[in-house]
Amino acid sequence: MKSKFIPLILILIFLITFVIFFKGLKNSNIYTPDTNLKKEVPSFELKSFENDSIVISEKIFKDNDYYFMNIWASWCIPCKEEHGFLMKLKKDDRIKLIGFNYKDNLKNASSFLKDLGNPYDIIVSDKDGTASIEWGAYGVPESFLVYQNKIIKRFIGPINNEDLLEIQKIIR
Amino acid sequence: MKFIHIFLIVATILNFNFLKADEIKTENKIAKNLRCLICQGQSVYDSDSEFAISLKLVIKNKIQEGLSEEQIYSFLKMKYGEWILYDPVFNRNTYFLWLLPILIFLAGGAIIIKKFYNKK
Repeated sequence: MKSKFIPLILILIFLITFVIFFKGLKNSNIYTPDTNLKKEVPSFELKSFENDSIVISEKIFKDNDYYFMNIWASWCIPCKEEHGFLMKLKKDDRIKLIGFNYKDNLKNASSFLKDLGNPYDIIVSDKDGTASIEWGAYGVPESFLVYQNKIIKRFIGPINNEDLLEIQKIIR
Repeated sequence: MKFIHIFLIVATILNFNFLKADEIKTENKIAKNLRCLICQGQSVYDSDSEFAISLKLVIKNKIQEGLSEEQIYSFLKMKYGEWILYDPVFNRNTYFLWLLPILIFLAGGAIIIKKFYNKK
């Protein structure tokens, strides 16, 4: 009886392990963060980009308006690529663009906007990057679509034409 | 009297240093337990990416605000998801992972005990 029992257990263990590993084969091992989230907008108090006045998040994000919060920096190369699409998005007056100037210096950032145009309605500067962490951001460029004080969509990396069409579809 | 004053001042300063040292200790401990999400195979503590630098700063600020280690973990879990923690949380997806070693250990123990008694 004993000799029958042990091989059976061994086969069972083997089968279970096989199934687990076989299932694991099909799982993607690239971590992709959730982009469709319904999270509250984190509140922040940051310095305005143009002058030293303090900007409070509650005063920016109002109900029933769409906001596109874009984290950017002049040292970030993909941001340049993205900038054209932001300028296109600016033409749409149903959405307001909020710029989050990430770990940048004023001089470089100003000349960046001078060269490529300024798509933003409001710019705040996040000097040490801590406010971006509150948003759950990974780095630059990154954007959040905000509606009724909730983040409804997030774009990691530069936005492209497809993203632009998607945004226009959402805000329509 | 003067001596006592000096002694008290020195003692307070030393105590502050201890507090600071404790803060840095927990700060590093937390940073070591966090996965740097934009790096490959590095903890936040090891990484020098912009993301990790900011995150370390956030941890430092949160400690100074008086948040406990657990509160900081749950804050970051809320922001970035469970993936940021190196320690997988015990839930439906991971109970097999956590319980398997215990099961194997018990099964092994049972086999050893059985053999031992059979010999006797």
